[in-house]
Amino acid sequence: MSDQITFTIDGVEVKAKPGQTIMQAADDAGIYIPRLCYHPELTAHGSCRVCTVIVNGKPQTACTQPAAEGMIVENDTPELLEHRRNLVDMLFVEGNHLCMFCERSGNCELQAMAYRLGILAPKYPYFYPDKPVDSTHKDIFLELNRCILCGRCVNASKDVDGKGVFDFVGRSIDKKIAVNSDKNLKDTTMAVTDKAAQVCPVGSINKKGTAFKIPYGSDIEHKK
Amino acid sequence: MAKPKVATASLAGCFGCHMSILDIDERILKLIELVDFDKSPIDDIKKFTGRCAIGLIEGGCANEENVHVLQEFREHCDILISVGDCAINGDIPALRNNIPLKECLEEAYLNGPSVYNPEKTIPNDKELPLCLDRVYPCHEVVKIDYFLPGCPANAEIIWQALVALLNNKPLDLPYEIIKYD
Ligand code: SF4
Ligand code: SF4
Repeated sequence: MSDQITFTIDGVEVKAKPGQTIMQAADDAGIYIPRLCYHPELTAHGSCRVCTVIVNGKPQTACTQPAAEGMIVENDTPELLEHRRNLVDMLFVEGNHLCMFCERSGNCELQAMAYRLGILAPKYPYFYPDKPVDSTHKDIFLELNRCILCGRCVNASKDVDGKGVFDFVGRSIDKKIAVNSDKNLKDTTMAVTDKAAQVCPVGSINKKGTAFKIPYGSDIEHKK
Repeated sequence: MAKPKVATASLAGCFGCHMSILDIDERILKLIELVDFDKSPIDDIKKFTGRCAIGLIEGGCANEENVHVLQEFREHCDILISVGDCAINGDIPALRNNIPLKECLEEAYLNGPSVYNPEKTIPNDKELPLCLDRVYPCHEVVKIDYFLPGCPANAEIIWQALVALLNNKPLDLPYEIIKYD
């Protein structure tokens, strides 16, 4: 077995090591595939579908699909741009994203992705869901109005912290993040030093006392 | 040739986006060369005097008067633009959107900790526009042609959009000036 895989992304030849996903190979090659739920240090969840690329004519999530010899990957196409915009639009209308007073504004991966995709307003009707805020923990507050169900906190708490503080409950539009206690976050073993407290891409898991550290208008992530 | 006309309105907004219009600084002199202002709080013209090229809407629709004004703008303006987050997603006024209207009014006029209201009345004079069940983004009420996000929409995005549209150019806003906060 060869120890190197060769394939193309948008016609550019890319090398991958066996076992690497399309996303990992693209990152190593300096080719950017848009993504939201993916976090390089966590098990890929493949849930947001923003990293969808076309592999030999079929849509696949780049964060979960292993690179294979000779595969032809399309990434930067008008159709995929539209697809990614639609997904991000849906994430905005399904939650309550009022960036204007959000602690993460300017340092939020969802917002940065929307800017990158040139979204001026979502095309779908807003849901205005009724979502809870849990500020019981002394160091952390949970603001589920902004949760995009990326699963990072779930995987980080389970795999890295060995705690399982977070998990998904419910299905479809009722799916939500729940904490592993009958009551609130303060009744779990969650600590502010946990990996799960560091990985939320949006303003859903927040450390108290750190708000508005990033000045207005200087978003740092996903800059072109 | 007569200059094209621009009209503006603040619905359920805070006038911050109108402040941003003024925030284009000395370019306001250029703007006055390019356009005449029609119905707008800037010149205090209350009624449309004719067809307008562009209507700028700040704020979403929180009451029936907001809806009437918005519909009137749609009738009179060739291009209608939602300016700012309130027009686009309701923003702060829309925080009431997942609380029943009755509860909101009772909290504001009867139960709130700082309320003094010995008659225990909730205002219902027929002169007052009725509150809608929730706050609606403008594009859920009438067709909106363009969106300029921001809270407030910044002066740069307003200026660049106006200049492009008044010159019949496509709206190709640079990455750096698109902000939701
Ligand atoms: S989480 Fe991100 S997108 Fe949502 S309100 Fe906060 S800054 Fe905006
Ligand atoms: S709380 Fe944050 S990390 Fe957890 S699923 Fe929601 S968005 Fe992802």
